[in-house]
Amino acid sequence: MTNGVAELENTDTIFIIGSNTATAHPLVATRIFRALEKGAKLVVADPRKNQIAEFADLYLQHKPGSDVTLLNGMMKVILDQGLQDQAFIDANTEEFDGFKALIDGVDLDACAAATGLTVDGIEQAAALYAKAGTASIVYCMGITQHTNGVDNVKSLANLSMVTGNIGRESTGVNPLRGQNNVQGACDMGGLPNVLTGYQPVTLGAASKKFADAWGVDELPTQIGLTIPEMLSGIEEEKVHALWVMGENPVVSDPDADHVVKALEKVDLLIVQDIFLTPTARLADVVLPGCSFAEKDGTFVNTERRITRVRKAVEPVGESKADWEIIRDVSNAFGFEMAYDSPEEIFTEIAELTPSYGGVSYGRLEGDGIQWPCPTPEHPGTPFLHKDGRFTRGKGLFHAIEYKGPAEVVDAEYPLWMTTGRVYAHYHTGTMTRNSVALDREIPEGFLEIHPEDAAAIGVCDGHRVRLASRRGEIETRVSITERVEKGVVFMPFHFEEANVNKLTNPSFDPIAKIPELKVCAVAVEKI
Amino acid sequence: MEYKTTLTTCTYCGCGCNFYLETLDGKLTNTIPCKTSPVNEGKLCIKGWNVHQFVQNDRRLKKPLLRKGGELVEVEWEEALAYTADRLKAVTAEKGGDAVGFLASAKVTNEENYLLQKFARAAIGTNNVDHCARL
Repeated sequence: MTNGVAELENTDTIFIIGSNTATAHPLVATRIFRALEKGAKLVVADPRKNQIAEFADLYLQHKPGSDVTLLNGMMKVILDQGLQDQAFIDANTEEFDGFKALIDGVDLDACAAATGLTVDGIEQAAALYAKAGTASIVYCMGITQHTNGVDNVKSLANLSMVTGNIGRESTGVNPLRGQNNVQGACDMGGLPNVLTGYQPVTLGAASKKFADAWGVDELPTQIGLTIPEMLSGIEEEKVHALWVMGENPVVSDPDADHVVKALEKVDLLIVQDIFLTPTARLADVVLPGCSFAEKDGTFVNTERRITRVRKAVEPVGESKADWEIIRDVSNAFGFEMAYDSPEEIFTEIAELTPSYGGVSYGRLEGDGIQWPCPTPEHPGTPFLHKDGRFTRGKGLFHAIEYKGPAEVVDAEYPLWMTTGRVYAHYHTGTMTRNSVALDREIPEGFLEIHPEDAAAIGVCDGHRVRLASRRGEIETRVSITERVEKGVVFMPFHFEEANVNKLTNPSFDPIAKIPELKVCAVAVEKI
Repeated sequence: MEYKTTLTTCTYCGCGCNFYLETLDGKLTNTIPCKTSPVNEGKLCIKGWNVHQFVQNDRRLKKPLLRKGGELVEVEWEEALAYTADRLKAVTAEKGGDAVGFLASAKVTNEENYLLQKFARAAIGTNNVDHCARL
């Protein structure tokens, strides 16, 4: 997030797109509800009428994958009606003319047709966002999990810049991070192209600094493989060993049957986890890690806030903290690691990472610290790009043309399918389905389907159906609801026995390599 | 009886709520939201309220497992660590560091992610490090 969670409370207009906020980020939703009590306007755009859409001043049910068209349409209205912040654009951005040329060519009637919305709806959304004193964009995987996910995000950046809603309190472009420490895993260099704090592996100076600190002659400077590339690398016999720590790609990744084949083929599969997950069942060796309650450390939340994790109980059985396991394997491998505590490791991180330079365990007592925090005196940074000062200098406009999803509906697979979370479960269910109260709350998966589509295949609420895509098929029960539009179905992805990711499309965005989990074509039949 | 509370950060979504885990004689018994947390201000969602339940679940892995004769069987740490290190040595010696891939995790701590990518880059010599940020 460019801005903090608490700042949402004082925003004039909140524009949520592709985020099931009340379900997936309930404590962010709390701030949005408080903003509404103070008189804020809420615009929600989502192919599925999720819970927070019920509270919206304007709800736009656009077609799966049509986000760029909707956003370009909104920006067309903004430029046509002169609602842009020209002073901000002139002072703080580049390439506006190219962007404007593209937007000038946008036809609102065509936007309405492509999104399934009305021109009036697009105009209202544009006015609510652009006329607000402060406007915040909130988005989640509904924006990013597309073959044009990067285009979607750049379009949101365009929208914020064209109206000057960035670099001030209670504005910004705010992706909600889906996992407790996905921000931290990125910050720590858990990515193929960067070391800690996003220092590029290709940058000689960064590479040399880390090589010196780690006591090696040199580090690899070629960008590594992403998860989908590792899986195809296994098939092409380029990748022979895979170490999976605390992840469950068999359930979380698209085209699950294909993932299983790759994991069965790899010569050496090391899995480090707390339960025997479907991924761990395929392993050659399973190393029992321990949960957040059994170890010390730090997490980073969606607003870049670093906070402490503290050990409450001893590890279960002979399980070990994951840092101890990595240290022990490394020592057995012959690369010495002599750490006795997570705090020692954190000190090393702070020394090598400018944005963490001023952070220490001592300073994390209390509220935690939002990075960047370069020096011990620095208070941390609640919101980024203050006064229009962007990381790269000027904010860069991109002219984004609409590209449709990789797979579209046809006679054989006539329904659009999208996926997401439910309130009682979390991701692949490894933890929540092993919690008595949460398992009881929602014990099995289901397919949300519109009443007319249900009638067409002859099923009532609770009936079982077979659901097929070009990649696989599963069985589940139906939940008939008008939350989804006719022609669109929704399924949560927490349930391995009805694993919707056997159906999803592994086609990915060419830049971010993110798979198109939010759109594929399926057929449904009664069993 | 030994009763204690431990202030920590939630392991589910990216909100980053703070709460106290209550323990009685080493058993997790309850979760109490932290009122002074700048994130959740004394509130929690249904997952947060029940977050203590999975930790000491009977199905947790309690010992390392090694595949022998097609089955995963429990072994001592020493054997599991030696097996892991030896097989990694063999793969890197034969096929090079880029024949190894690492999946870091959005679930574990910063310190643990840091160590895994350090091991991948410094010991194995590959940038094949990724995690489920895209999922």
